[in-house]
Amino acid sequence: MDFQFQFDWQAAIDSIPFLLKGIPYTLLISFGGLLIGFALGIFFGLLSINKRRLLRWPATTYIEVFRGTPILVQVLFIFYGLPDLIGGPIDPLTAGIAAIALNSGAYISEVVRGGVQSIDRGQSEAGLSLGLSRSQTFWSIIWPQAFRRMIPPLGNQAIVSIKDTSLFSVIGVGELVRQGQVYIANTFTAFEVYFVVAIMYLCITLSLSLILRTLERRGVAST
Amino acid sequence: MTHIVNMQGLNKYFGQLHVLKDINLTVEQGEVVVIIGASGSGKSTLIRCVNGLEEYESGQLTVDGETLLPRGESQKGLATIRKEVGMVFQQFNLFPHLTVQNNIMLAPMKVKETPESEAASNATRLLERVGIGSQADKYPSQLSGGQQQRVAIARALAMEPRLMLFDEPTSALDPEMIGEVLDVMRGLAKEGMTMMVVTHEMGFAREVADRVIYIHEGQIVEEGKPEDVFDNPQNERTQSFLSRVLKH
Repeated sequence: MDFQFQFDWQAAIDSIPFLLKGIPYTLLISFGGLLIGFALGIFFGLLSINKRRLLRWPATTYIEVFRGTPILVQVLFIFYGLPDLIGGPIDPLTAGIAAIALNSGAYISEVVRGGVQSIDRGQSEAGLSLGLSRSQTFWSIIWPQAFRRMIPPLGNQAIVSIKDTSLFSVIGVGELVRQGQVYIANTFTAFEVYFVVAIMYLCITLSLSLILRTLERRGVAST
Repeated sequence: MTHIVNMQGLNKYFGQLHVLKDINLTVEQGEVVVIIGASGSGKSTLIRCVNGLEEYESGQLTVDGETLLPRGESQKGLATIRKEVGMVFQQFNLFPHLTVQNNIMLAPMKVKETPESEAASNATRLLERVGIGSQADKYPSQLSGGQQQRVAIARALAMEPRLMLFDEPTSALDPEMIGEVLDVMRGLAKEGMTMMVVTHEMGFAREVADRVIYIHEGQIVEEGKPEDVFDNPQNERTQSFLSRVLKH
C-alpha cells in the first residue's frame, strides 16, 4: 500500500482560534498556581531551615510528600478524592490551581532553602553586628541576595509547572491540551492539532525564558 | 576608670574543644588593645564574644554597662551592645547588593531610624574620612580590597560606636593595600576610639596599641605595654611566637 502523509496546513490554521481559547486557562492555572506555590515555597522553605526541629518537621513532610508523588495523582486525588472528604464537588479549575500550587510549592521550598543557605554567614554576622535584628538582617540583607540567586531555578520551575498543566486535561479543564482533544474528536487531524498545541506551549515558555533572562541580566548588572 | 569591656573567668567551648580558658580581660575607654597569637589560638573567638557573635559557656561579660549572659540565657542586653559596638571583619562582609553609600546608610536608618537625608550626609562624610569619597555610588565588587575594607570601617562608624572590634582586618588584603587600612585605624586610635584589634601586623601593634595581649591555646599568657611584650617577653610561648613572626 502506498501511503503518503501530507501535513494539512489548512487544518492546522483552522484549529488555532479554537485552541487559543485554552490558553487563558493554561495561563490562569500556571500562574495562579505558581503564585500560591511561591508563597508556600517561601513559607515552607524558611520553615525548613528553622533552628527548631519541631518547626522543620512539617516543612520536610510537606516537601517530601508533594515532591515524591506524581502531580497527576495529586490532581486526581484533589478532584475525585477530596469531594468525598469535604462533601461537595470541587471545580476542575480550582483543583488544577491547587495541584500546581501544592506541587510547585514543594519544589520552590527547596529553591528558597538553597538560595538562603547559599548566602555567606558573614553577611548575617555583618548585619547583626551593626545592630540589626534577626528579621531586619534577613529581609534587608539575606533575602535580596538569595532571591537573585533563586531566579534561574524559579524560572525552571515555572516552565515545568506550565507544562504540567497539560495533564489536567484528564479532569476536564478547558486548557490547551483539552481543547486540542475536543477539536480532534471532530476533525481527526491529530498530527496538525498537536503540532499547533506544542508550538503554543513553546511560545509561552520561550517568552517566559526571555523575560527571566532579562531580569537576571539586570540583577547581575547591579552587583 | 570606666570599663567598656569586662570579661571575668570566661570559658568557651566548640563542642569538646575548650577554645577560651578562664579569660580575664578589661578594656578601658579610649584604650587600644591588640590581641596577637597563632591561628587557632582563640583570639578571633575572643573578640566575637564581645558582640555576641559567639556565645560563651561560663563566666561573666559586661560590655558598655550591659551584661551579656552565657549560652542559653536570655540576651536582653545584646541589642544595645550591638548598637554600641562596631565590628570589622577579615572578609569585609560588605553587602554586595547595595551601593557603598547604601551599605553605610542601612544600619542607621533601620536601627536608629535616622532620616534618609541625614544618613546620606553622614555616609558622605564618613567616606571622605576613610579617603574614598568618590566611590559612593559604586557596588562593593567594583572596589579594591583595601577600599572595601575602608568602606566596612565607615559602615561600622556610621552607628557611632563606643567600641570597635577588628577581626584580622588586613589578613585578606594584598600587601600593597594593607597600609591604607592601617592608616584609617591609626587615625581612629588617635581620635580616642576604644578598639580591640586582632591582627598579625606586629608593626601596627607596636606603634598603636596601648596594651598587647598574647593568647596561646585559649589562654592569655602575656599582657602588657607593646614595648614590654615585644622587646622583653616573659613567657617562653610568647618568646617563641614572636621570634617566628618577627624574624622576617
